Amino acid sequence: MALFPRALRLAPILLALACSGQTADKGPDAGQGGGEHGSDVILVGEYGSMTGAEATFGQSTHNGIMLAIEEINAAGGVGGKKIELKTYDDAGKTQEAGTVVTRLVTEDKVVAVLGEVNSKLSLAGGRIAQQFGVPMVSPSSTNAQVTQVGDMIFRVCFVDEFQGFVGAKFAAENLQAKKAAILYDQGSPYSKGLKDDFTKAFVGFGGEVVTDQAYTTGDQDFGAQLTSIKQAGVDVIYLPGYYTDVGNIAIQMRAQGITVPMVGGDGWDSSKLAEIGGPAIEGSYYSNHYAAEEDRPEVKAFVKAFTDKYGATPDGLAALGYDAARVLADAMKRSPSLGGKDLAKAIAETKDFPGVTGHITIDDHRNAQKPAVVVEMKGGAPHFVASVAPGQ
Amino acid sequence: MEASFQDRSAALRPSMGKAAVSALLPPAVVIGLAALLHFVIGPAIGYFYAKVLTDVGIAVVMAVSLNLVNGYTGQFSIGHAAFMTVGGYAAGSVVYYGHYLIWGSLQQQGGFLGPSTLLYVVALLVGGLAAALAGFVVGLPSLRLRGDYLAIVTLGFGEIVRVLVTRTNDVLFDADEIAAASPVTLLTSVGGSLGFTGLPFLTNLFWVWVAAGAVILFSYRLKRSDQGRALLSIREDEIAAEAMGIPTTRFKVQAFVYAAFFAGIAGGLFAHEVGTTLNPQELGFQKSFEVVIMVVLGGMGSVTGTTIAAAALVILPEALRSFSDYRMIAYALTLILVMLLRPQGLMGLREVWEIPAVRKLLRSGR
Repeated sequence: MALFPRALRLAPILLALACSGQTADKGPDAGQGGGEHGSDVILVGEYGSMTGAEATFGQSTHNGIMLAIEEINAAGGVGGKKIELKTYDDAGKTQEAGTVVTRLVTEDKVVAVLGEVNSKLSLAGGRIAQQFGVPMVSPSSTNAQVTQVGDMIFRVCFVDEFQGFVGAKFAAENLQAKKAAILYDQGSPYSKGLKDDFTKAFVGFGGEVVTDQAYTTGDQDFGAQLTSIKQAGVDVIYLPGYYTDVGNIAIQMRAQGITVPMVGGDGWDSSKLAEIGGPAIEGSYYSNHYAAEEDRPEVKAFVKAFTDKYGATPDGLAALGYDAARVLADAMKRSPSLGGKDLAKAIAETKDFPGVTGHITIDDHRNAQKPAVVVEMKGGAPHFVASVAPGQ
Repeated sequence: MEASFQDRSAALRPSMGKAAVSALLPPAVVIGLAALLHFVIGPAIGYFYAKVLTDVGIAVVMAVSLNLVNGYTGQFSIGHAAFMTVGGYAAGSVVYYGHYLIWGSLQQQGGFLGPSTLLYVVALLVGGLAAALAGFVVGLPSLRLRGDYLAIVTLGFGEIVRVLVTRTNDVLFDADEIAAASPVTLLTSVGGSLGFTGLPFLTNLFWVWVAAGAVILFSYRLKRSDQGRALLSIREDEIAAEAMGIPTTRFKVQAFVYAAFFAGIAGGLFAHEVGTTLNPQELGFQKSFEVVIMVVLGGMGSVTGTTIAAAALVILPEALRSFSDYRMIAYALTLILVMLLRPQGLMGLREVWEIPAVRKLLRSGR
């Protein structure tokens, strides 16, 4: 037995456990673009969560970016050169994000980087892009800190503060709510930020946040929190979380007999929401970057092209990926050179760009000024309800 | 009679000069190699590969230090990343808020060996000591018992650290606000779930490999010392060790505290590395397990084996990135095969030069 101490006997079992967890996380499709890059192509890097817990975010964004690049190349590229995309998977981990952005910037020598969805990963990658003076455009990181990293970091989406404001305005004006409850994920900076921004705006509209309850990423049972929300007797419940948790919360909430409407943010935006939530999520609202039924020519053209190529209706992340790539290409066309400084300056000068997710103007803080939409879940799909412009 | 005995033992003892050389030569070699890596090899291989080498160094510090507990002593700790977290956050707070309080900004002061770097080295030691203290508090009650209690306690400790860090406040970045804040406010403003963002990038190949060299030397010398022999005897049979007069609890706790200290240093190195963010989710259970796998794969008790395994397990996934569809499957499969075919790890208790084939080669070379 001396050769086989207790600890050693435990090891294979635990090892197998650890490995099964790891392999389960990794889906089969880790997007791999790239190839040879000669002088007649412009190499652009992308990093995203192609695998891991937020895989649908990364894959949607990637599809949007690919569509945009194909269209740009079909229309003659940028200054006669084709854009080529090099994509790495960061598996939703900051350490991986740091490594792959270093690889993109220093080994592959890309002229610009597109990514990430999750603000935590954008912060990790952004610091490297900033360090090496390579512009980075985040399609959909809404946390305020992301673009504060430095003058090379941009985004084409609105920030959480605006989104919290939109949610509060919709709850107070359209739903006529006076008393709100919030159930947020304390393990997620996104969720915590939205909670604060919603509270501030909702109080500004004359409402009152009666109770805020917290859960932690990975929780499955929300019974205790929902009981106290039920006792508080509110008109609306704000759920600033991601789609998996929101779906579960909705089911348990309806099971407890809470029937007031739910309102959320763009973390709800996934086809999985209706799959998980089923009938419980019907009649809920969330603020988003765009709605597929909006009656604008950009939206119509994009939805048609996307549906033709991938056979699915694009979600907000795909639309933002598409816009991020097109804003970048537009800046490349205007920029005197593809050097980091020139390109960053050109991106910063983006004004009234007709994006699918609204007209995009990059402000002094390198954030996009643009409207948000509110959609309602009806028949398992989001439907356009209202549009809220900034400064209203 | 007495005098002649002393004479004889004095004759056997190496001279002062020789003793000094054998004591100081290895650390000097470590510092020399680290400097070579930093100043010559790093710039030659480019930024990305230098970063991979840095990651390897940090993994070596983690794995070789865990080897003291899981390898030498035969205990089973699965919370090594928690000590890394403790050390990382302690070192990070010292560097981040120290910069603001001393110089009023995050601007790096001086270059290599400048004031910023000195603060950073102090912070690394503070991180190590904080982790060692945590290791003592966790280890003392659980290591008095025999069996798998340590695994459960370290797992629980990891979760406690993760939840506590998650609940901290956002990092402050206004110099006046920081100057006015109390130490408690500063220590609880380390970023919460978003992670400790904004730490200056002070970690480089030199410091990482000085630390890695230090932990390798320390472990190897410990293994050959009376203390190391005591640890190995505990691993083989705790009751027999106790019967031979070895204070088992004391030695186990000592090994555990040493390991925690180096994990704390690794945390400080990790916190200031380019392209990493100190955040509670990623330094959780999964990370602890990566380290356990390195030790088990390399051979429990083998310093060189653990080092090689740590390097391989960092480089392999990176090298296989082009085959990313299958790399995690291949990785898991390799580990399972090793566990089935060589449950003692690739090297067992042996060091590289103790493998019969290598030994033969070395002998024939002479």
